Amino acid sequence: MSEFLQFTFIGLGRGAVYATLALALVIIYRTTGLLNFAQGEMAMFCTYFVWFGYDKGLPLPAAVLVGMVGGFLMGALIERLLVRPVSKKAMGNPLPIVIVTIGLFLGLNGLAPIIFEGPAKTFPVPFGDGTVSILGASIPTRTLGTLAVLAMSVAVLWLLFQKTKFGLGIRAVASNAESSALVGVPVGRMLLIGWGMSAAFGALAGTLSTEGALDNTLMALPLIYAFAAATLGGFDSELGAVVGGLLIGVITELLARYGTIGGYSVGQDLKLFPAFLLILLVLVFRPAGLFGTGEVKRV
Amino acid sequence: MTNVLEVSGIDAGYGPVQVLRHLSFTVGEGEIVVILGANGAGKTTTLRAVSGMIPSSGSVRLRGSEVRGRRPDQLCSLGLAHVPQGRGTVTDLTVEENLRLGAFSRKDQAEISADIASWYDIFPRLGERQAQHAGSMSGGEQQMLAIARALMSRPTLLLLDEPSLGLAPLVTKELFGRIGEINRSSGTAVLVVEQNANLALSIASRGYVLETGQIISSGTAEYLRNDDKVRQAYLGH
Repeated sequence: MSEFLQFTFIGLGRGAVYATLALALVIIYRTTGLLNFAQGEMAMFCTYFVWFGYDKGLPLPAAVLVGMVGGFLMGALIERLLVRPVSKKAMGNPLPIVIVTIGLFLGLNGLAPIIFEGPAKTFPVPFGDGTVSILGASIPTRTLGTLAVLAMSVAVLWLLFQKTKFGLGIRAVASNAESSALVGVPVGRMLLIGWGMSAAFGALAGTLSTEGALDNTLMALPLIYAFAAATLGGFDSELGAVVGGLLIGVITELLARYGTIGGYSVGQDLKLFPAFLLILLVLVFRPAGLFGTGEVKRV
Repeated sequence: MTNVLEVSGIDAGYGPVQVLRHLSFTVGEGEIVVILGANGAGKTTTLRAVSGMIPSSGSVRLRGSEVRGRRPDQLCSLGLAHVPQGRGTVTDLTVEENLRLGAFSRKDQAEISADIASWYDIFPRLGERQAQHAGSMSGGEQQMLAIARALMSRPTLLLLDEPSLGLAPLVTKELFGRIGEINRSSGTAVLVVEQNANLALSIASRGYVLETGQIISSGTAEYLRNDDKVRQAYLGH
């Protein structure tokens, strides 16, 4: 029992990381109606900003702040210099921008080792590597810390989107940019801030993903889990991203521990498979996801 | 009479296709002006050029100052509101959120809430459905919402793009009555483009007739109603 509890908690901790990255995906989706395939690599890149601050002697929380500010600027620049010119030419066709995000994925992945030369960087473990005993199971402090960060992020985002004028503007732009502009919403500024915010959240997700080291493969797997999480929870729902992320984390961890396929244990190698299966099942049976609203239209 | 809107000699179109050819017209303060025209005459393009949604050349003056080349959101804070064709309510937002969105360029929080309450008085259906998604309402209700939302910015000029489109005749009639009332009570000038010439002329003081991007006739509503060309083409008698 205590072993089960322990793996559940480890799953929750991993899930919280996926959820944080899924939140970044949700921000972009809610602002622009797009899937950003470069979200993981943007997060990886921002984590290098965090490392840079840490390497210069800042304590980790301050370094994370540096990474988030750097991430915001990077996201805003990407929107202004790459996404906006392309979407102007694309005339409402989403495909060119999706291609841009795939290009960004490859570009950032290639650039990181060139700019931050050399092999993997040593990176501090956020929240240390101690454990806390709960009901006989030893839960890493890191798991608890990650969950706390996630809870705070969700609360902040929810307040921002649902309770502020800025949030109202950003939701309106995502749904109908042209008509929002006609009632006075500065669409360009909203998109710029949306991209900036989502990149800043990437810095958080990246830092939480590190396992003592940092290189350009950091977010390759978390991105897939985050996509599964956002698909499961619904791409337009912060709550969905969180519940989806935690569910995916727990399901994959428990399957890795207890699951068997044809007599072979699932283990760490095969645990990606249930994530893909979930994406497929959700898309077939409930495309809007658990908490997504889908589209309401009456003609 | 001073003019709220003075459009002179604008050309506009989409890419290589020129739609408007040297178009000029005016809307006076507190006036309702209608632009009549068949499908493809350039009515929607005219409004889109005025509110900065597509580039144009020529001159567009709003309350005396040149505004051609400004973005739609900038024009909105200068007193222009535009209800696009197909209404343009944000279907994923609630009725209340749509109205709040309409006041995006304003900062007077208390006044905004008071304005929303007064719209619920004017259109009780909106009040009953304030927490519902705008997309779940009927076409007529959405058109009322779109107009109320546009007026939340307290504009001096309201542009309406075929408000009757897709609505039942009775609903359309009520809608035009409301537009007339709003114009009288708030003094907001209205520029409406329509195919339904009868109704539009019944509330307008002046009108223009648009054909292939050019104005072929203009005058008072009374004059246009008796104009042979207008009668044959748009009034059907």
